[in-house]
Amino acid sequence: MSKRSFAQHALSDWMQGTGPDADIVISSRVRVARNLRGHPFPMLATNQQSQDVMERLTSVGESGRLNDIGRFETIELSDLNELERRVLVEKHLISPNLANESRCGALVLSDNESVSIMVNEEDHLRIQCLYPGFQINEAWELASRIDDIFEEEADYAFDERRGYLTSCPTNVGTGIRASVMMHLPALVMTQQINRILSAITQVGLAVRGIYGEGSEVLGNLFQISNQITLGQSEHEIIDNLHGVAKQIIEHERAARERMMQQESRVRLEDRVFRSYGILSHASIMDSKEAAQRLSDVRLGIDLGLISDVSPQVMNELMVLTQPGFLQQTFNEKLSTEQRDIRRAELIRQQLGRKSDHGGV
Amino acid sequence: MVCQECVKRPATLHFIKNVNGEKTEFHFCESCAREKGEGLSSPVNGFSIHSLLSGLLDLEPHGGVGGLSAKPQALRCDNCGLTYGQFSKMGRFGCSNCYAQFGDKLDPILKRVHGNTVHIGKIPKRSGGQIQLKREIEQLRHELHDLISREEFENAANIRDRIRELERSVADT
Repeated sequence: MSKRSFAQHALSDWMQGTGPDADIVISSRVRVARNLRGHPFPMLATNQQSQDVMERLTSVGESGRLNDIGRFETIELSDLNELERRVLVEKHLISPNLANESRCGALVLSDNESVSIMVNEEDHLRIQCLYPGFQINEAWELASRIDDIFEEEADYAFDERRGYLTSCPTNVGTGIRASVMMHLPALVMTQQINRILSAITQVGLAVRGIYGEGSEVLGNLFQISNQITLGQSEHEIIDNLHGVAKQIIEHERAARERMMQQESRVRLEDRVFRSYGILSHASIMDSKEAAQRLSDVRLGIDLGLISDVSPQVMNELMVLTQPGFLQQTFNEKLSTEQRDIRRAELIRQQLGRKSDHGGV
Repeated sequence: MVCQECVKRPATLHFIKNVNGEKTEFHFCESCAREKGEGLSSPVNGFSIHSLLSGLLDLEPHGGVGGLSAKPQALRCDNCGLTYGQFSKMGRFGCSNCYAQFGDKLDPILKRVHGNTVHIGKIPKRSGGQIQLKREIEQLRHELHDLISREEFENAANIRDRIRELERSVADT
């Protein structure tokens, strides 16, 4: 795999639209934060110290110790241009912080892009595993295995009382952040979402919209994650998130079923097909409208109203229509207006592709 | 949506905390937001999450008596040089040694953030063997206590022997 291949194709494993409960859960992610004992955290480290940490940690990726898990390549952030970094962020493979602010930052990436290991982000090491559908346990198990491999080579900063020591006190202890990305259009349409979200925050979980600013969530996509990392075991954290997500899935399914049964069905169909029609034919599409209409079509697919578009196409479009990816795909710098035109063009193309499973 | 701080008034100001791409939203009413301080003039861009987090971290009484030397700022990590004052401003530690240096002072902060102060999760395999043993001993002591209170002395004796065995291996390593 060439250094630039991540930027050429849109498809990461997490976008396949497969996995358990894939009609509602887009992806499951676990990341663990680890640091090296005695070394200043990246924020305070000198360039030389950061360089040393990078070489030390990326060498584990290159040593072949991760071969059982997949094929990995190391990418130094300094070798990437701004657009390539942005594409990595849009594919959820690295954080904006690593893309824009890290010194001697590096990424060790598996060829199916389900494992991305960030070096010199806020912590020395952040291992991220991203799976399609509802597979949060699987994501944790893989992250933990990779963690064990790194631990054989690296002397971790660990304290008996505080656990794994991290740069930010909000990550200390297990250093784990587990999250599921969920598509919840029926709960939003039936206005049950606020009640559910406020209940979630009361059980130690955090919710945020994937796209959109402030309280406005675009595309009905929500990310639910644990907030507490200290004083609970990894299994408790994962089980808690799993249990809550399972309940939300059931509520969303029930809301979808009710909408399909009542007189509201014709309104729902109108909404889905109206959005499908607009996406299939429009010439200008801003990101906000795209997010909402893609959500409508996705719902139509999951309810069986639309059968000739695959969920995978929808997951890909979520990423492909982001500003960085659009510019990468069309290989030019684009103004906002140009992006809206290109976005519409790309969506038309992809929907024309229908249920074709090939890459871009 | 009601204000998450007072849980009474409607939330009119919405902030997103973005820590390494981990975004958390905050919804405050105006009066609670003002209490949180800075940045209200340009709420979206001007509101620094670090000032919010450091608000969480800064648990020292304000305007107290006593000279500079008595202030927490004097506490400094001897490995990376970060002072406690800098830590509470930035909400970030400088190195892993800071945790030991700032010691019990961190308890109230961790309690506020996590509701807990002690790790009970995974332990590193290679370097954590001792800790694993100690945890096991601790666990067995609880069991022993339970067995004795239920007067199951035969089982208790077995557990006691197991504890002794483990304690010997801790002492050996």
